[in-house]
Amino acid sequence: MATDIFKKRRIHMVLFFAVFTGLYVFFSQQLNFNSATAFTQIPSGFAWLGANFWPNYTTTAPEFLLNIIRVLLRTVIIAVASTTTASAFALIAAVFGSNKTGIHWTIKYIVRIIAMVFRNIPLIAWALILLFSFRQNEFTGFLALFFGTFGYLTRSFTEIIDESGDGVIEALKSTGATYFQIVFQGVFPMISSQLVSWVLFMIESNIRESALVGMLTGTGIGQMFNFFFSGFRYPMAGMVLLFIIITVIGLEMLSNKIRRLLL
Amino acid sequence: MLQLQQVSKTYDNGKTALQDISFKVSKGDFVSIIGPSGAGKSTLLRTINQMIPVSDGQILFHEDDVTRANRKKLRTVRRRMGMIFQHYNLVTRMTAVENVLHGRLGYKSTISGVMGRYTEEEKKKAFELLGQVGLEEFVYTRCDQLSGGQKQRVGIARALMQEPELILCDEPIASLDPKSSKVVMDYLKSIAKDMGITCLVNLHQVDVAMDYSDRIIGVSGGKVLFDGPPSELTPEILSEIYKSEDLLV
Ligand SMILES: Nc1ncnc2c1ncn2[C@@H]1O[C@H](COP(=O)(O)OP(=O)(O)OP(=O)(O)O)[C@@H](O)[C@H]1O
Ligand SMILES: [Mg+2]
Repeated sequence: MATDIFKKRRIHMVLFFAVFTGLYVFFSQQLNFNSATAFTQIPSGFAWLGANFWPNYTTTAPEFLLNIIRVLLRTVIIAVASTTTASAFALIAAVFGSNKTGIHWTIKYIVRIIAMVFRNIPLIAWALILLFSFRQNEFTGFLALFFGTFGYLTRSFTEIIDESGDGVIEALKSTGATYFQIVFQGVFPMISSQLVSWVLFMIESNIRESALVGMLTGTGIGQMFNFFFSGFRYPMAGMVLLFIIITVIGLEMLSNKIRRLLL
Repeated sequence: MLQLQQVSKTYDNGKTALQDISFKVSKGDFVSIIGPSGAGKSTLLRTINQMIPVSDGQILFHEDDVTRANRKKLRTVRRRMGMIFQHYNLVTRMTAVENVLHGRLGYKSTISGVMGRYTEEEKKKAFELLGQVGLEEFVYTRCDQLSGGQKQRVGIARALMQEPELILCDEPIASLDPKSSKVVMDYLKSIAKDMGITCLVNLHQVDVAMDYSDRIIGVSGGKVLFDGPPSELTPEILSEIYKSEDLLV
């Protein structure tokens, strides 16, 4: 009996690798994807990037740097505002959509369907769709991030509430607490650190995304990068990129610190 | 003060957990409910504060039939019944005193409950109660940093904060070591004796039930098989109650 299980394990392992390799070979052939040349080209690709995008003396003019910082700051503020607004709405939706705290099954389904639709429309699609109604301005970017974040967080928050223990809800209910008292005094305190963690994660991610959204909506740091990039002014585009990377890493470190404080 | 009349409960999945349960409890009684796993003890306790609705029968708390209480009435009934749980069911990220103050939620307007606004009197009372259960040094400790026995004492203080006439305890010592168990049981006993608050306690440990109770109710298969003082609980009756468990072992 025991040996059987080990043998089965081994067979599973071999099968797994066989299927994996098979899939890779099949798809790279479909795509005419020659892995040998593809991988050898990676270093030369990076070399080209390094040579062309490396910021040089033309990119260190103070007013240019200040301008990057000003635009970047504005983009960060919009991303943060959009994320926090979406988080608040997502939390409300999640309370009504969760199995634990939902009021009625119809509302649960409506919330779940809305969240699913919003989540499964890619951010780029949101930006393009919203461009029609709102034109190229910052509000379009704000809305695109808002909708994507709302869908994503509604689902995450619903799951967090669903997984939070029944015990606290039962205990508060048995004291005679009302629905909203249970939600605010029991459910929210139990899930608060997870909520904050998710919101911070979404802020980080949305600041990265906002560069991409900005290219489409013609606003913010994305537009700035695009401007230099399509004008073949690669060192300047490289400098903008460098600032984005530094900002994102800085914020990631900051939010890790906040997470640790809140634990 | 509490009277069950032919209470039955069948769950939505068709499982009958309680059949035709009737008994009366008076003020200050310490009553243990014993019985094998799945006998219906938890279900029975939860029908009394209507956490679980009954399928049939009446439950009179003073003159009110709680099975017919509307939402508003139910709130006033529930706040006069404390509840204590095997897993304490505290908001672990909040401090001991905040958890104790949750016992006041049933008396507060929704908005001041939501905001966690309590009167000075209520706060004073919460500190007092924590002192009474020997936790004065842990008033501002977050509950996830307390031991099991300490958590259960916070649970007791929360129940007492309701100024209840009745406390329902579902396996209050099942997760505790013998020493903490004794401390918790002693508190519950003194609550009944000194404060005149009725205690209804589900227990797995028959010896504990024998030591502490004025009266024992033996439940098996959703029915009451025994109802009387510990002195009348003979080994024969006990083996009758735990018959199904003997078969399993
Ligand atoms: N929510 C539910 N839905 C369906 N059946 C349930 C539900 N809760 C309990 N039951 C069933 O009702 C019966 C009584 O359960 P109950 O939890 O009251 O027993 P118990 O005496 O408290 O057992 P234990 O000592 O294990 O806690 C069991 O057969 C159980 O499977
Ligand atoms: Mg039980």
